[in-house]
Amino acid sequence: MTEAAHGGAANGGTANGGAANGGAANGGRPENGTPLLEVTDLTVHHGQLCALDAISLRVYPGEVYAIIGANGAGKSTLLRTIAGLHQPTTGWVRFDGTDMTTLRPERRARQGIVMVPEGRRLFGSLSVEENLQVGKTYARPGPWTIDRVYETFEWMRGRRNQRAAQLSGGEQQTVAIGRALVANPRVLLLDELSLGLAPVIVQRIYAMLPQILATGLTVLLVEQDVSQALRVASHIHCLLEGRTTLEGRPADVTAEQVEAAYFGLAGTARLPGGGSEP
Amino acid sequence: MAWLNAIIQGVLTGGLYALFACGLSLMFGVMKVVNLAHGDLAVVGGYVAIGVITVTHIPVLWSFVIVVPVMAVLGYALQRTLIQSALDRGVLTTLIVTLGLSVVIENGLLQFFTANSRGIGASMALVTGSFSLGSQIQIAYLLVLIFAVAVAVLLGLQWFLSRSSYGRLIRATADDQEAVQLAGADYRHVFGIAAALALGTVALAGIGYGMYSDLDPTAGTDTILLFAFVAVVIGGLGSLWGTLLGGIVLGVAQQIGAQINISDELLAGYLVFLLVLVLRPQGLVSRRAQS
Amino acid sequence: MTTEALLALEHVTKRFGQVVIAEDLSFSVGAGDLVGIVGPNGAGKTSLFGLISGDLAPGAGTIRFAGRTVTRLDAAARCRMGIGRTYQVPRPFGDMTVFENLLVAAQQGGGLRRRASYAAAVDALDRSGMSDHANVPADRLGLLQRKRLELARALATQPKLLLLDEVAGGLTDPEVAQLVEIVRDVNAAGITVIWIEHVVRALTALVSRLTCLAGGKFVGDGEPSAVLAEPAVREVFLGTDVTAALAGGSMTAAPADGDRSEL
Repeated sequence: MTEAAHGGAANGGTANGGAANGGAANGGRPENGTPLLEVTDLTVHHGQLCALDAISLRVYPGEVYAIIGANGAGKSTLLRTIAGLHQPTTGWVRFDGTDMTTLRPERRARQGIVMVPEGRRLFGSLSVEENLQVGKTYARPGPWTIDRVYETFEWMRGRRNQRAAQLSGGEQQTVAIGRALVANPRVLLLDELSLGLAPVIVQRIYAMLPQILATGLTVLLVEQDVSQALRVASHIHCLLEGRTTLEGRPADVTAEQVEAAYFGLAGTARLPGGGSEP
Repeated sequence: MAWLNAIIQGVLTGGLYALFACGLSLMFGVMKVVNLAHGDLAVVGGYVAIGVITVTHIPVLWSFVIVVPVMAVLGYALQRTLIQSALDRGVLTTLIVTLGLSVVIENGLLQFFTANSRGIGASMALVTGSFSLGSQIQIAYLLVLIFAVAVAVLLGLQWFLSRSSYGRLIRATADDQEAVQLAGADYRHVFGIAAALALGTVALAGIGYGMYSDLDPTAGTDTILLFAFVAVVIGGLGSLWGTLLGGIVLGVAQQIGAQINISDELLAGYLVFLLVLVLRPQGLVSRRAQS
Repeated sequence: MTTEALLALEHVTKRFGQVVIAEDLSFSVGAGDLVGIVGPNGAGKTSLFGLISGDLAPGAGTIRFAGRTVTRLDAAARCRMGIGRTYQVPRPFGDMTVFENLLVAAQQGGGLRRRASYAAAVDALDRSGMSDHANVPADRLGLLQRKRLELARALATQPKLLLLDEVAGGLTDPEVAQLVEIVRDVNAAGITVIWIEHVVRALTALVSRLTCLAGGKFVGDGEPSAVLAEPAVREVFLGTDVTAALAGGSMTAAPADGDRSEL
């Protein structure tokens, strides 16, 4: 395991772990191209509490961009602000070059920014199929249809007339993803897929991600389980109390950097044996 | 036999009460709005019908063709402007705003139409006539018609909500306003559609009331709103067929009360209302148990 | 030392439907201790405080405080016994001034009479650094002041045990440092403190004992940096791969299997 330098990986500064931005060996991230989704100097408040402090990020087409961090770090706030459910105090959200910052959430959804919210949020009194149909109402043209969702998630077809509230947590999560997919989004926002689900089910859901990406989607996700995020992401971004503490490709960051960025523990004495236990 | 007659009258009157109530139930079920101007809007519908009939000489029974769409558009406009801005400020605000609206409407009607009551189609055979079943049972044609209309409206609403795309959006918005935004729907527009539906039914209620009894500016709060409220609560908030059941229970209670003592008609209805509140406050039909 | 613990949870179990807050949990805190609790979102840390302060009743198990069994005792009674707590979202009595808020706390929670309650309120003002704001109406306070008021109110109830629930959230670094000093002084004056926090560095700077609540159980219990280095604790926050990497393995993991059979 390479011991890369920690330098500035915690508390406030943006640390690009390992590969610097614009490095040639990035493979797939055209740093000088147009990002599909761009957030600039975003500051968001919940009442008096500052949830996000001048956050910037860029998501390029085809990426799986993962936002990690402890609770209270501002991850969900960031996603909700991008989706339009929350207005920032200052800063911009740009989609495909167009400023979206003041656009209402339903407009953003119709433009192709579709979020699967935290906690699934299915329409409980509607059936599985009706949930998908609602998702389809304002859909953009594209490869995803309700039929295709049934093909991708085979169990769903047989249960399509069942009330959504009666499904298990993992099933609801899949239906929620399906509801977002039928809208043919360009950017899919996934907010804490793993919350409240057994690890084995979470893995199965994430295992479907490649199929989803194959249709040309870009994914921006928030994940509480850091290891799970690192497994699926092409780019990670760690938040701590509303500030960026780490950013880069999973291959370029070390476990120590992730730990320091997550807890913000730079400078605090850690047990010497921490990194060398067999 | 007199009791059987009372029950039959009660059931049929229940249709009229259900017609009063379904708009109120719809607005509460979808937007959590208790519209205190509900009854007054029904009276407005009735007065609009009178105006339309006077001006166009359209047959009384066809007046709804004009009045219902007019009221539906009014409902959409009211929802998108007044009620939405009240909703944005909190639940209590909508109560106060609709109360204010009620006062404004009543006084406006008093100004224009004076306090004299008016009927709709008072000279029609349909309105005054009845048929007999046996010697003790008199059934008014009008009540049967109104009951049929009420059932048709409920069936229509149920069909719309369960089958149509907008109906689905309305149910989804009632479940989760935020999630429906994420699906690309402007919930304010969906609320507007629901309000348009509600006021369409309210127009029918107003016309029905104008034919059954007489319209006057205060009938909205005195009678219609009160009965609508009781029917909704007895039936169960948010359940369409529950409002029919609630209307019937109220009607039957009133008629049986009248049988016991003619001046106890209204009292009997309210006593049953209280009983339901104590024993089963969620209403007889549980929320959205159907389809 | 064989003196009985100030607070003891014995085999406490609490569930909300499917979600397990506490599973046969046993935990004790001695008088004068300063303990920190961390844990992931939704693990039930605030509910744990609810069990201790009396806002929630356990499904099974016993809770003992200051030598008495308090499992069935309601929150107000436990407060008078000496359990004080803050709440995640500060909710002061907005129309009343800071001082008046503290007076209510001292009289109701602390059970003090007129004279003594004034003294207690002033003392709480001093300890929390709110003296300058004594006559400001509570709803005009900024975030840091509101958090201090939360702390002061809890102090005014004359607690033996102080439960702090995520008081550092949203504060800047200097503000966190100030808060840490206030709590240090409070503990030095003899009040036992249990602090739930997700701003981990606030705890590591202060407490001598840290534990992690996850899945209804406490994982790790001891000196903060040792606990945070334990694989089981790391795994709670960082997952299996990162934990393995920190222990000397590799972090690049094979993609998960595409088994979609059952959800």
